[in-house]
Amino acid sequence: MSASTEVAVRTKLLEMLRRIAPEIDPATLDPRESLRAQADLDSVSIMELVVAIHRELGIDVPETDYRELDTLDGAVRYLAARLPWG
Amino acid sequence: MVDYLMPSLGADMKDGRVVEWHVHPGHTVHRGDVVGVVDTEKGAIEIEIWEDGVVREILVEPGRKVLVGEPLFRYQREAEAPVEPVARAEAPPVVPPAPAERREPAPPTPPPLAAAVPAPAESVRASPAARQRARELGIDLTAVQGSGPEGAVVVEDVLRHAEGVGKRVPGKLPPTTAAEGMRAAIAAAMSRSKREIPHYYLGTTVSLQKATDWLAALNRARTPDTRVLPVALTLKAVALAAREFPEMNGHWIDGAFRHSERVHAGLAISLRTGGLIAPAIHDADQKTLDALTTSVTDLVQRARSGRLRSSEITDATLTVSSLGDRGVDRLYGVIYPPQVALVGVGRPAHRPWVVEGALVVHPVIEITLSGDHRASDGHRGALFLERIGDLLQRPEEL
Repeated sequence: MSASTEVAVRTKLLEMLRRIAPEIDPATLDPRESLRAQADLDSVSIMELVVAIHRELGIDVPETDYRELDTLDGAVRYLAARLPWG
Repeated sequence: MVDYLMPSLGADMKDGRVVEWHVHPGHTVHRGDVVGVVDTEKGAIEIEIWEDGVVREILVEPGRKVLVGEPLFRYQREAEAPVEPVARAEAPPVVPPAPAERREPAPPTPPPLAAAVPAPAESVRASPAARQRARELGIDLTAVQGSGPEGAVVVEDVLRHAEGVGKRVPGKLPPTTAAEGMRAAIAAAMSRSKREIPHYYLGTTVSLQKATDWLAALNRARTPDTRVLPVALTLKAVALAAREFPEMNGHWIDGAFRHSERVHAGLAISLRTGGLIAPAIHDADQKTLDALTTSVTDLVQRARSGRLRSSEITDATLTVSSLGDRGVDRLYGVIYPPQVALVGVGRPAHRPWVVEGALVVHPVIEITLSGDHRASDGHRGALFLERIGDLLQRPEEL
């Protein structure tokens, strides 16, 4: 997939995260570190994120793959490879 | 006519500030309706009315701080309403109905009192911190474009709006008094708990193999928005067990235990801005796992955007504190007075487990009980925890 697809997915993910956890500052997020730890996401927040990904990107992330969303970089790679229009 | 008083939303609450009214004079209200929002140390709380009636007069304008027990507005009970044609605060509570044969014209209706009070503020979704900031800066929240969940106004929005309209925003933010207030509320409740409640603590390790297998199979066929959260299973197991152990479910008031027939499970929710709150999921024992998941999601979102209801703040009959996927193996909670029990659920972890003499690896959790020794004894507490563990071995029955 193209670099521009990854950029688009990253932008979209950050937008979702800002909605779910308005307190986080995307500028301070380390894309290689655990998102859950940095943004203090609990299971409800993770569910909100997965629901938003399903609704807005059309990707149904199964529960067994939730761990793929652990870091921002990991989540971008995982989602970009599964985009229905990618 | 009845005065609606500033409710006490916690044993240590002294006062609250009216944020906005959702009602106005002449407004018909029903039992359970949200009539307004009050800012407390626990954040903005939606206050509810417990009778049907008609609002007659607003006594406290938004922005004012009022002591617990002081009148906020005046209303007429449903039963009184039809017989009193005039809506004036100084009118006698009930005007006797005119005898049927007298055919006098009805007294003229005075102009609505609404003119005397500001129109009820548009219901604005905003985080407690955003409300605080807006108040400090003198900004009307209704004018601020929200970017949070469901358009809720967050601090950033307030600051952006402030800059847009040329308000001077101090370079260094003062310590958020909302967070300090929350800290003070927790300090007061927890100090009282440790001062008054003789806690005892028990713990047990429970295999989650069956529960996780069952839940994985259930969720596999579902889209993300309909999947059941694992916390729904533990909540349901605790609520069902609480029904069988009445001494765990209720309140210690005035030197005696008062059992509650209904099980309202308080769910400890940590707020990312600091502090925590444990609003109630009403009748948790009666709810399906789907309904519990919806309740948990809704409650967490509202706790974080500052939209909890007064009944949710005051009704819990026992508390469940679940660490979820992050944190530590076990927690020993401090009971939230006047409740008498807190069930702690640690982070699930894979551990060696013995099944029929063979060593296997299972996902397990540690469940703890903080019990009030005035209301129950360790023996019953142990049976209560054991029962929760048993219920989790039959997830299909939850």
